[in-house]
Amino acid sequence: MSNPRDYDSIPGTYVYDAARGRVGYPLNMFCMSLNKPENRRRFKEDEAGYLDGFALNAEQRRTVLERDWLGMLRVGGNIYYTIKIAFCDGLTFQDVAGMMSGVPKEIYAQMMLAGGRSPEGNRYKDDHG
Amino acid sequence: MAKIVAGIATSHVPAIGVAVDRGMTGTPYWEPLFKGYGPARDWLAKLAPDVAIIVYNDHASAFSLEIIPTFLIGVADKFPIADEGFGPRPVPVVIGHPALAWHLAESLILDEFDMTIANEMPVDHGLTVPLSVTCGQPAAWPFPVIPLCVNVVQYPPPTGARCFKLGMAIRRAVEKFDRDLRVVIYGTGGMSHQLQGERAGFINRQFDTAFLDGMTQDPLALTKITHTEYMREAGSEGIEMVMWHVMRGALDQHVAEVYRHYHVPASNTAAGLMILENRSRA
Repeated sequence: MSNPRDYDSIPGTYVYDAARGRVGYPLNMFCMSLNKPENRRRFKEDEAGYLDGFALNAEQRRTVLERDWLGMLRVGGNIYYTIKIAFCDGLTFQDVAGMMSGVPKEIYAQMMLAGGRSPEGNRYKDDHG
Repeated sequence: MAKIVAGIATSHVPAIGVAVDRGMTGTPYWEPLFKGYGPARDWLAKLAPDVAIIVYNDHASAFSLEIIPTFLIGVADKFPIADEGFGPRPVPVVIGHPALAWHLAESLILDEFDMTIANEMPVDHGLTVPLSVTCGQPAAWPFPVIPLCVNVVQYPPPTGARCFKLGMAIRRAVEKFDRDLRVVIYGTGGMSHQLQGERAGFINRQFDTAFLDGMTQDPLALTKITHTEYMREAGSEGIEMVMWHVMRGALDQHVAEVYRHYHVPASNTAAGLMILENRSRA
């Protein structure tokens, strides 16, 4: 396969493909470690120290420590993995989805109750509905 | 011989499992979704299958990015419930069916589907939520289960067409098994949803409706949907719907739609459920 990919034209979407996989592996494997209760406890006690055990780059570390959910995706985070940090914080998928899409939790929840984000205007990056 | 008698397609949203586990299924938010699951439970209880094959994806629970199997079959006696980051769901352990599972593994590989074989693995919400949705909260699950995992976490997942062909091979294998078993097959995941990025919350009711209609009217046409089309039209995680094709490929060409339920939202997701019966079922 070659670059660019046809899915690059989808707005607000970070496909976890080979390019992201090559960058994101250490970040996502740190997230995977949070499946174990003792690791969740150690991470909560000393986040920076715990991260030293994984080969994250500086920007990946920053996004984790600052809970920059969108930033994590930009540096190779995979949502099925990064969500484990949110679980550790007692947040839900919907909390994080609201933060990634840049609206308050209540507004996001209301959008979902009203049928979700419309496809109209959201299929292509240059799509203005 | 063993025989596949019916297929069940259902979303496997983790929040649905949380709602069950915390006794919230009667709240105003969840009641409309769970009310629609009732007829599916009644149908399944009456059908009383001997075994279920559940096609789902692991969500960084049993498998990490260390090794990424595209297609995997679980052959264990039992499968513990995974801790996905907030403790395991309080649901019964899942009992396997090693005799049929090993038969499927051997048959599928010799039929040119190169399965990964798992002797030990925990199962996550991808498998247990479909059980909760269709069986409620029994003390033990009513039938043994063969987990069949499809990678949808690392791009690219297998194509819809390949998944359909795997379903056809599963059917051939089941029909070669020398015990009289009535088998149901679940295809799980979807429907339209996007969990990530600025576009999170994406839902496409029109796409989902056409997909549900196509399951009976023209399933082969659905197998031609490209990965980019799934992601653009059904949200980045809507690509999970390739797993429905494994179920559909294992059924007859002509099937009867017995039941359908569709509800928005279940957390970030359009939740769909569909029951398909082989016309020729015994």
